[in-house]
Amino acid sequence: MTLTPARPAVPRLVDQFELGLDAPICLTWELTYACNLACVHCLSSSGRRDPRELSTEQAKAVIDELQRMQVFYVNIGGGEPTVRPDFWELVEYAVDHQVGVKFSTNGVRITPERAQWLAASDYVDVQISLDGATAEVNDAVRGRGSFDMAIKALQNLADAGFQDSKISVVVTRENVRQLDEFQELADRYGATLRITRLRPSGRGADVWDELHPTAEDQRFLYDWLVAKGERVLTGDSFFHLAAFGDALPGLNLCGAGRVVCLIDPVGDVYACPFAIHDTFLAGNLLDEGGFQKVWQESALFTELRSPQTGGACTSCSAFDACRGGCMAAKFFTGLPLDGPDPECVKGNSEHALAGDRTVPATSQDHSRPAAVVLGMPGRPTSIPDRFCNESPL
Amino acid sequence: MTSFDPHAAWRRTPSVVLRPEPFGALVYDFGSRRLSFLKDLALVRVVEALNRSASALAALQVAGIAEADHPRYLAALRTLASAGTITPRQEAIAS
Ligand code: SF4
Ligand code: SF4
Repeated sequence: MTLTPARPAVPRLVDQFELGLDAPICLTWELTYACNLACVHCLSSSGRRDPRELSTEQAKAVIDELQRMQVFYVNIGGGEPTVRPDFWELVEYAVDHQVGVKFSTNGVRITPERAQWLAASDYVDVQISLDGATAEVNDAVRGRGSFDMAIKALQNLADAGFQDSKISVVVTRENVRQLDEFQELADRYGATLRITRLRPSGRGADVWDELHPTAEDQRFLYDWLVAKGERVLTGDSFFHLAAFGDALPGLNLCGAGRVVCLIDPVGDVYACPFAIHDTFLAGNLLDEGGFQKVWQESALFTELRSPQTGGACTSCSAFDACRGGCMAAKFFTGLPLDGPDPECVKGNSEHALAGDRTVPATSQDHSRPAAVVLGMPGRPTSIPDRFCNESPL
Repeated sequence: MTSFDPHAAWRRTPSVVLRPEPFGALVYDFGSRRLSFLKDLALVRVVEALNRSASALAALQVAGIAEADHPRYLAALRTLASAGTITPRQEAIAS
């Protein structure tokens, strides 16, 4: 058997990944745009349910197809996926069809009973979102009461004997100095800490300037990961920090459309969960040929898998590790896709960020009319006292 | 850690699946939920041949690995054994 000539004979995995795989390995599936919260930085601008949301039967057909394509696991998110009335049914269906599930939740439906059910099921991973190690910091971005809700969920899981839940943190200027406290929280609940990058996607675009880590914070974060990050999950979040020195563990490339993609609640397939925009829409899986056809044949994904130019980054000494950073971060800050990341640690995007740039208009938004306004820690946010005021539950 | 005996019979661990890819295969263990990779098409053939071969060495034959390359592939199998991707097989081969 011979290798396809386009592929180097002694493959580096990253090089292989850049050419794409027959099926994604980091597939995110957002089951609903409905959410009981209204976090200021929501990457999918969630809030209201989309009336075109996939039905239970359609969702099961997607799972059947993922099984055929040997997608071994899927990251389910939203919105708040657990508010779908058929959520647990779909989880069960996926697991029964060799598609493992990791789902992200704010904890709203993780009751003691549900925690027991989860503890008894194999191949289900639970990830609780928390964006501050204290209620003050967390609730300023996620809304009042959301810290307590998340902690309750973690407690219920621990009490039920659920092994190795995840605490998922979006690193911001406000919480980056709390990394040790997050790790302590994780240890307390027998959980693994996962930290991800704040991208200017969805409503994140509105708060990115105020919330994204400063240059100093990025250095702190890098040093923390090198010193203490061994047990911490990061996905593909911080490979742009590799320009500080050594590459960090994790996926060290932008996998958008190559190994990563997103299925949204209406079946639209995007290159990446952080790229919900018409520019990165590859197709809809309800069209003929289904998800497989979109993944394997769409013009957009074919383009993303073709050799890319590094543009202004090519001459950078860190290019091999950093590869110009995150496509979505560049796009939503109005920077050229073949130039440096807006958080380039060598400062090579400062000029472009300061200059004339046009931030792309959003192409879809499911926010509820009164979303949270970013509150300073300790100051009441504009969220209503009963934060489920306009909740779709 | 499982010690690796090339003369013994081996198999792909039942909770492990291989997904063919242009560069080799993705390896997913439903038990440990760990994803790894085989970066070599011939190694994929070797692993697939284990279940129907009397020994690891026999599997190398079945997969058409040249004699000179045996040490390299046995080393790879040893690594897979310590990762739990392949495990010793007790039952006799029906042939
Ligand atoms: S666009 Fe950014 S978030 Fe999406 S896959 Fe690429 S690096 Fe990751
Ligand atoms: S110039 Fe480009 S490759 Fe170099 S560190 Fe900045 S973003 Fe990374």
